Amino acid sequence: MENEEQPILSVRNLKTFFFMDEGTVRAVEDASFDVEPGKTLGIVGESGCGKSVTVRSILRIVERPGRIVGGQILLYRNAAGDRPGHVDLTQLEANGPEMLAIRGDEIALVFQEPMTSLSPVHTIGNQLIEAILLHRQVSRREAREIAAELLHQVGIPRPAGRLEEYSFQLSGGLRQRAMIAIALSCDPRLLIADEPTTALDVTTQGQILDLLRSLQEERGMAIILITHDLGVIAEMADDVVVMYLGQTVEKGPVDDIFHAPKHPYTQSLLQSIPSIHSRPRVNLPTISGSVPHPYNRPSGCPFHPRCPEYIVGTCETRAPSLAPVGERQEASCFLYEDA
Amino acid sequence: MLAYLAQRFLLAILTVWAVSVLSFFIIQLPAGDYVDAYIALQRETGTLVSRQEAENLRTQYGLDQPVYVQYAKWVALILQGNFGMSMEWRRPVLEVIGDRLALTIVVSVVALLFTWAVALPIGIYSAVRQYSFGDYIFTFVGFFGLATPSFLLALVVLYLAFSLFGANIGGLFSSEFKLASWSLAKVWDLLKHLPVPALILALSATAQLIRVMRANLLDEVRKPYVVTARARGLPERRVILKYPVRVALNPFASTLGYLFPHIVSGSIIVSVVLSLPTMGPVLLRSLQSQDMFLAGTIVLLIGVMTVVGTFISDLVLLLIDPRIRLVGGR
Ligand SMILES: Nc1ncnc2c1ncn2[C@@H]1O[C@H](COP(=O)(O)OP(=O)(O)OP(=O)(O)O)[C@@H](O)[C@H]1O
Ligand code: SF4
Ligand SMILES: [Mg+2]
Repeated sequence: MENEEQPILSVRNLKTFFFMDEGTVRAVEDASFDVEPGKTLGIVGESGCGKSVTVRSILRIVERPGRIVGGQILLYRNAAGDRPGHVDLTQLEANGPEMLAIRGDEIALVFQEPMTSLSPVHTIGNQLIEAILLHRQVSRREAREIAAELLHQVGIPRPAGRLEEYSFQLSGGLRQRAMIAIALSCDPRLLIADEPTTALDVTTQGQILDLLRSLQEERGMAIILITHDLGVIAEMADDVVVMYLGQTVEKGPVDDIFHAPKHPYTQSLLQSIPSIHSRPRVNLPTISGSVPHPYNRPSGCPFHPRCPEYIVGTCETRAPSLAPVGERQEASCFLYEDA
Repeated sequence: MLAYLAQRFLLAILTVWAVSVLSFFIIQLPAGDYVDAYIALQRETGTLVSRQEAENLRTQYGLDQPVYVQYAKWVALILQGNFGMSMEWRRPVLEVIGDRLALTIVVSVVALLFTWAVALPIGIYSAVRQYSFGDYIFTFVGFFGLATPSFLLALVVLYLAFSLFGANIGGLFSSEFKLASWSLAKVWDLLKHLPVPALILALSATAQLIRVMRANLLDEVRKPYVVTARARGLPERRVILKYPVRVALNPFASTLGYLFPHIVSGSIIVSVVLSLPTMGPVLLRSLQSQDMFLAGTIVLLIGVMTVVGTFISDLVLLLIDPRIRLVGGR
């Protein structure tokens, strides 16, 4: 079980900026985390902290004027094949053949808006079969059979008929299931789910999460799950990354993060939840002060204007970096740097 | 879907009726009637029209009857396929319009095709490469096209062609074909003459459509379904053409309804300037001389073309937009 040691994806000091006329938006500034094979990594953080831009950077679909300006995104592979052991996605051409072959095949995306994530003028089948034909060497007829089977696997009743339907003919939950079917069509090793349940009602949310979990068990794929919902993280994730203003401020196994949060930001995130088990679904609590405008990032530690434990003279002048604070836990905070 | 079609069809019929009423009454608006205009014209050439002769003319054309009776008679005739007599030309209206109607449609359709063929790719380019050098150039040319009246452009082109190349680009036929009957050679001659007037007529519509396409597409390319298509590993060109362009085409299709009449009415003055044998010059002349059946018919035909254009664009929308086809449009 040596492979356990090696992540399938390692994001290191990723920086993705948007170069606008009005100034530079540092959407992702020093994000670092690893995704373990077959495990679920949860990413949490307030709205605008760069979660979506991070995963779009991984897929290399950041739209202009955004650009990856630093860091590495290492995708690891079983070196046994003819492919190299790992590849740095930041070094690939965004729309080049290598990246196209990875996108949708090795790494797939499910998105937060089931209402608009499917084309309004193409059938479900059209988009699903397109995805299958892009990455698999099968005939159109075989692709259609695979498509129906996939819809069946994600729990869509009468799958053959649904292939001919349009997204506006499906309910929100079915639409998100169809999206998952498309994402799974090529058996990805990593599924990125960017707030997959935000737009759904509570019952449907639970069903979609159950579906994701059972699909993960069947296929052994890794999942990056982005959500505002700490309850969902507690339920689904193995590891957690906490982001603030584009930066990884803390990461570690889910139990450590929930029971022994080290970074003051993580602590305040968790504070207003009395017990994870008594209130399973809680949206991110509001923390005193507001997220600074993306154009003017605070100097030093980006959290210092809102930090209750702010060390005067240090926190606003120097930036802390991620350092171990436990067995597998890391935090980026001066409180632990000298310890 | 059938209900949608039936509703659109009924609406089209109603509109044609409203247009017929309007066109009839509008051409009645100027003081006096055809006989007054005729008397004035005769006086200029030194001939006096006697009172008796004027009365006879009025009775002959039914001008002594109340307006609504005249309208009813006109409609009754039209329903039998008879558009009345042109007073000035003293020939049936259809005979006067004849070829001109066909040529008007030919020129306008060519201009329309040109508009699409140019506006579509440029609109796509401008949206996909927003704020690029090319986008700025097209935007500039586009506003220039919008701001220049097409008759002025026609005058300028006419002047330049003549002063630079000594060429007369007016008309749709070379002189030897003007009165010739239809033949392959004449069609070829027409095709050779078509591009310049079609281009001039298409300019403002093209500029307009580029803006429409660019704006539609800019709205669409940011939508999540485009991002998910990209995330599937679809090559960028196919992502753009298959998804956002396809969706942005829907509102584009409905421009058919208003572009066609826009081009036809734009062609009236341009036709006078370029001496094209279309309906334009005849309409102008008939309005001046209050040749009401002729003018009324032309206005009515332009109205009908608008309605037909709108109806066709509704049909096209029905074909290409499943949201209307399956849910029923409003
Ligand atoms: N296309 C873009 N152009 C300019 N700025 C952008 C663009 N996309 C994102 N940003 C900026 O990047 C920052 C991070 O955005 P991102 O969408 O990653 O946040 P998020 O963490 O996913 O938030 P949410 O929880 O609301 O989805 C924000 O400040 C946002 O304004
Ligand atoms: S570095 Fe300073 S300001 Fe930043 S979180 Fe730690 S204590 Fe607070
Ligand atoms: Mg997001």
